[in-house]
Amino acid sequence: LDYQHVQVPFEITLWIMLASLAKIGFHLYNKLPSVVPESCLLIFVGLIMGGIIYGLNDRSPPVMDSDIFFLYLLPPIVLDAGYFMPSRPFFENIGTILLYAVVGTIWNVFGIGFSLYGICQVKAFRLQDVSLLHNLLFGSLIAAVDPVAVLAVFEEIHVNEKLHILVFGESLLNDAVTVVLYKLFRSFCEMPTIKSVDVFAGVGKFFVVGLGGVLVGLSFGFTAAFTTRFTKDIRVIEPLFVFLYSYLSYLTAEMFHLSGIVAIISCAMGMKRYVEANISLKSHTTVKYFMKMWSSVSDTLIFIFLGVSTIGENHEWNWPYICFTVIFCLIWRALGVLVLTFFVNRFHVNTITSKDQFIIAYGGLRGAICFSLVFLLPDFHRKKLFIAATTVVILFTVFVQGMTIRPLVDLLAVKRKRESAPTVGEQIHIRFLDHLLAGIEDISGHWGQYYWKDKLEYFNSKYLQKILLREYDQPKSSIVLVYEKLERKHAIELAQAGQLGHGPAHPSFLCSAFLCSSSDRAVITDQKLEDTLNPDVLDNMQEILARNLYRIRRTGPAYNRHTLPGDSEPTERAKEILILRHKSL
Amino acid sequence: RGVPGAFPAPGTSLLSLAVTSEQIEHLHRRFKQLSQDQLTIRKENFDSIPDLEFNPIRGKIVHAFFDKRNLRQGSDGLADEINFEDFLTIMSYFRPIEMNMDEEQLDRFRKEKLKFLFHMYDSDHDGKITLQEYRNVVEELLSGNPHLEKESARSIADGAMMEAASICVGQMGPDQVYEGITFEDFLKMWQGIDIETKMHVRFLNVDTIAHCY
Repeated sequence: LDYQHVQVPFEITLWIMLASLAKIGFHLYNKLPSVVPESCLLIFVGLIMGGIIYGLNDRSPPVMDSDIFFLYLLPPIVLDAGYFMPSRPFFENIGTILLYAVVGTIWNVFGIGFSLYGICQVKAFRLQDVSLLHNLLFGSLIAAVDPVAVLAVFEEIHVNEKLHILVFGESLLNDAVTVVLYKLFRSFCEMPTIKSVDVFAGVGKFFVVGLGGVLVGLSFGFTAAFTTRFTKDIRVIEPLFVFLYSYLSYLTAEMFHLSGIVAIISCAMGMKRYVEANISLKSHTTVKYFMKMWSSVSDTLIFIFLGVSTIGENHEWNWPYICFTVIFCLIWRALGVLVLTFFVNRFHVNTITSKDQFIIAYGGLRGAICFSLVFLLPDFHRKKLFIAATTVVILFTVFVQGMTIRPLVDLLAVKRKRESAPTVGEQIHIRFLDHLLAGIEDISGHWGQYYWKDKLEYFNSKYLQKILLREYDQPKSSIVLVYEKLERKHAIELAQAGQLGHGPAHPSFLCSAFLCSSSDRAVITDQKLEDTLNPDVLDNMQEILARNLYRIRRTGPAYNRHTLPGDSEPTERAKEILILRHKSL
Repeated sequence: RGVPGAFPAPGTSLLSLAVTSEQIEHLHRRFKQLSQDQLTIRKENFDSIPDLEFNPIRGKIVHAFFDKRNLRQGSDGLADEINFEDFLTIMSYFRPIEMNMDEEQLDRFRKEKLKFLFHMYDSDHDGKITLQEYRNVVEELLSGNPHLEKESARSIADGAMMEAASICVGQMGPDQVYEGITFEDFLKMWQGIDIETKMHVRFLNVDTIAHCY
């Protein structure tokens, strides 16, 4: 039995297998995921596993190595989040998101740090030796909201888009602040004296970390887009480029002590538009599926390891400190959200109702990032206290807050996600509004949001698209994209209803199908129908549509971890029929 | 604050309540710049704004400034020139929402903005958006794309009109004719989009709400 030879990959595969089987198990029993969020169940499984290992070996089970977490488990999740991030709501709310991420996190860090220091002064708790700096260090790692946990819980409760993007965006972007503060306080712990110049250096470092991350990400993103321009003949490895460049951007940023999360998000958001236009449909599907698969596996593994690492002798259970940590985390988050939202509403940066505020405050879940950071702390005599406190906070937020947030959302009647099909009319109106507001800003001489968006679009169409896109012949407006998607959908519906088999003799089948769709014939005034059924006209349009049938992309958000949008068997079959018909016309 | 005669007298309509005096001054400066120190602006004055040239719906925006229905003058048609008070009236359509508005005010607020948009779509002032007008809008929006044929833009507009018909009228009988989108139908179409928060120019901060209508 040569176990030593295969031990490492064997154990890794077994863990991943366990995670995946656990996932199947939960979904077999339908009612469970709606009551208890999956993350809780996974931690529970981890706890059981940890207990078993502890019982068998009589020593602490393997703790999740911070390196493994930061280098292998976290990047797929963040990449998935960044790639499928709906850019429109994200950039519309970017001011608020940045405010929460930066100012909110700093507020939380100092608030929690100082109040815990106050608690340490009480003689009865026997915590005199925990210095202010240690408390601030602890504060810096416990204050940040965790994207993995937030994603796991929020994707099941379907709140309205703005609220979702606010909490989620904040959890992604606060990484820059966390990285800087954590490293700053850690270096302060080792320095004998702290001068004010060091503090200013810390502030400056924040900008470097954040902006540097964005720059690194964007450069890798554009390089990826440029590379895919030339992959026409080797379609099979196209998906690989997406992953390689994103991972490289993460690692490069980490190498330079910049924020890896910000880098990978900017990489994904920057390259998405161009890469999707360049790669083939099959590569596109592959990218989507692999991303979802990896992030799913990572997510599951993280929560299981969290559970496993809880068992063992790594903890010092000083209950007053732990309880106050939990209380202060809740209080300071609530205060922070209240104060910041007041300013946001007052200066008309955004409008956030009080119900939304409550969910934002309550949705501040902590997760595996805090856990890994606490294990990375230098060994000092109170480290186990911090580990214990972190574990309890994470378990509290994931279990208590995670389980109760859904009933609360129902109770408070928070505005839910609008479940409506995309319509061409909506796209037209949104575009119209965009241009109108940009025009008004031009007239009133104010350089606002729409002005800059307009300028960016102009820059994009003049320069970027020419360099990064392979076939620069048809920059697509979202109106055209939605229209084509709907045309295809109608045609597919007809195919399913069996009407395609009859094959109308004239080439107007698509157009007439659309005009005579499920609603009864609506005669459109002011124009004779013959005009629209002119064969030449239609041939032209069908040519565009045929050429573009392979290039139509789904532009909707894809938050769900388990399925991809647009998965259905009849679609594929109908598409084949459609293509064949086009060729025969 | 020493602004010259074009400034509206206090108590006139909604203006003195809708925008702060700071904003009025800023807009007044801009007005003077556009009108080249005259008291009124004509359509030609808008040509001096360089960035507006690239805007696909430029014509409609400028037209909206001179549309008498937007200027609340009760009559119809186009004005030849507008003074500062009219300029402010148009700008006030883009003021942001206030947190302390009640349901009725919110509703009125929303209707005001949607009416402005409706007037932009309905270019012949007959109170209905016909198919031809809708096609015109879509063509203008897609005009920035030189490779898109006109017929595609037309069929997109046809499709959108169909959707509007199905939203507003639902299932129609075989002989029914859909005349055009009326204002009530227009309101229905925009139900999903929260225009109160979207349609505003950020710098127009508001202190109090107009209660005049």
